[in-house]
Amino acid sequence: MSRADAAVAGEERAPSPRRSLLWSLGILRSELTTTLRRWRTLALLGVLAAVPVLIGIAVRIETGHGSSPGPDGGGGGPAFLSQVTNNGLFLVFAALAVTLPVFLPMAVGVVAGDSVAGEASAGTLRYLLVAPAGRTRLLLTKYASVLVFCLVATLVVALSALAVGALLFPLGEVTTISGTRIGFGEGLLRAGLIAVVVAASLTGFAAIGLFVSTLTGSGIAAMAATVGLLITVQIMDGIPQLSALRPYLFPHYWMSYADLLRAPVYWDEVVRNLGLQGVYAAVFGSAAWARFTTKDITA
Amino acid sequence: MAPNDSAGTSGGTTGTAAGRRKAARYIVPVAVAGVAAATIGLVPALASSGDPDLPKISAQKLIEKIAASDTEQLSGTVKISTDLGIPSLGGLAESFASGAAGGKGGSGADPQERMTELASGTHTLRVAADGPDKQRVSILDDAAEYSLIRNGDQVWAYDSKSDEAYHATEDRAGEDAGREAGKKSAHPVPEGVPTTPKALAEQVLKAAGPTTSVTVDGTAQVAGRDAYKLVVKPKQSGSTIGSATIAVDAENGVPLKFTLLPSAGGKAIVDAGFTKVDFSKPDASSFTFTPPKGTSVTEADDAKAQHGADKGLGDLIPGAEGLGAEGLGAGGQGGKDTKVIGEGWSAIAEITTPGAAGLPSKASGDVPAEAQQFLGALGDKVSGKFGSGTVLKTRLINALVTENGKVYVGAVTKDALVEAANDAS
Repeated sequence: MSRADAAVAGEERAPSPRRSLLWSLGILRSELTTTLRRWRTLALLGVLAAVPVLIGIAVRIETGHGSSPGPDGGGGGPAFLSQVTNNGLFLVFAALAVTLPVFLPMAVGVVAGDSVAGEASAGTLRYLLVAPAGRTRLLLTKYASVLVFCLVATLVVALSALAVGALLFPLGEVTTISGTRIGFGEGLLRAGLIAVVVAASLTGFAAIGLFVSTLTGSGIAAMAATVGLLITVQIMDGIPQLSALRPYLFPHYWMSYADLLRAPVYWDEVVRNLGLQGVYAAVFGSAAWARFTTKDITA
Repeated sequence: MAPNDSAGTSGGTTGTAAGRRKAARYIVPVAVAGVAAATIGLVPALASSGDPDLPKISAQKLIEKIAASDTEQLSGTVKISTDLGIPSLGGLAESFASGAAGGKGGSGADPQERMTELASGTHTLRVAADGPDKQRVSILDDAAEYSLIRNGDQVWAYDSKSDEAYHATEDRAGEDAGREAGKKSAHPVPEGVPTTPKALAEQVLKAAGPTTSVTVDGTAQVAGRDAYKLVVKPKQSGSTIGSATIAVDAENGVPLKFTLLPSAGGKAIVDAGFTKVDFSKPDASSFTFTPPKGTSVTEADDAKAQHGADKGLGDLIPGAEGLGAEGLGAGGQGGKDTKVIGEGWSAIAEITTPGAAGLPSKASGDVPAEAQQFLGALGDKVSGKFGSGTVLKTRLINALVTENGKVYVGAVTKDALVEAANDAS
């Protein structure tokens, strides 16, 4: 429906740069509403929102009868889980730690993999290209909407965790993992920053998904290939014998967002992570561009 | 509406010019990847190029400079890599500990237990100090941190992973650390743990004597600062230690990097150095700790579970004899008769076990099965005038356990151990 809108909007030729910018925002908006209104996307976001609820309730029940969370009195399980009972804000960090390795990138992989290939298999890609936007701009819009989805998905996890944490556990001054204390306001600020960093961690993977999506005309194949690639790389990142290669794998520094909770903040790995994501985004983004601008659109 | 995505299927009709144009576009991602790879490869090389040009200095002057250094305020990041040539000392110590004490004693935040981790693998630490009263050391883990904070007479340790804390007041901690690490008793836990290059360097300089050559060997850049390199080498042969290099800040004499190389060549046994250092006053909040509500706190008085195996790092890294006696003799029988053969770097400790039990694996049930396998796997059968025995090898310490219950331990090669055993018999 909105794809047709975009195609119609394209008919009123847009020569001036100002108008073409507005027009780009127009396709971005239509792109976003299409993506976010899909049942598939809503279901993914629903699953992401449910994860913190499950963790919160599980920790609450576990600590309800006097024991601390995790196997044999703490130390085990995902990061930050043991601090959740002291401060509900830690549920945000714990939930991100749980969802970041698989759930979040899987959702991003589905959306990114579907972005071009889905249009091709639905037969709507050619209508999009009827508009005088050019393939480059269409691809940029597609990537931008995937990036917005990264942020939305991360925020859904973080906000759901914050709500559950506030309901089930006390809030208050935050003890950083270095043992120092910061006020709740600053804690919230750091949580927000962490959500942004986590979303940015997914940009490299999103570019890979977009590239895969330009390779095939089947949406399902692109999604499966993207998610499969994610799992493969995650496994490679866990093999110590590949240590020479591991620092260059895109998920390697994902958990570095935890360094923002140290005092003083330890930026080294966060910066390395963002740099790595930038390189991945540039390489696979330009590969997607090379592929998409030269391929024959037949569907 | 069959999906047809391949440019190739209808590509037969396109001309070669169009084909070339298509191929040209793929140069972009390749070029981006190439530039990225080149940057990753070249930037460290460019950054480390050229040792700084500093006025010449004698070894004596440099050591004085270290001793005279009055820098009390610093903060920084330390990277420490230890490769003793044994799989994981942390796990080993744990298996000994659980065998000896029948389960996990004390708190997960107990400094004695946690510092043992540093004896193997690579770790990133953060250190901060403000005068003699305030110090902190933290080990950065994945999404967790273990911090040891000293502020006046209060010593706290906090493990964010298990959310457990450990608390000691000065007297108690001083006693513990002093006794365990054999250090000045006025300095409690953080001082007893030589995680800073300075503490490691002091250990080495103390051992210098007629057996040791100390020279200044050029300059280096460490953590962005100009430094002299002090090289300490054993004069005797037979030691497993090739040389120890200490990089000393040219301006204020603070040791910035410590490297211990084996005589057999290869990777450094210990490599500890600042990757970032700042000599301004650290934030006061770094040294305050109040346990969060709900955190389980272990008081030092309650944590008396001291096992033979979990000594502080003080024993494990700098003192060669320390590692031998504590690390490998960790089976934990008391009442050994110890004698030292030789001196300096090639000193060998001869330990007579009263039970004459050879390897602890022979009879005693107090060493768990994994540990027995571990010792067996490390062993190397040797024989000589003294009879026969097993040599347990690491990259730094070797030990010869003879069948008549004597143990020879030292930072020396296998041949030197056998020779010492022959001479003794």
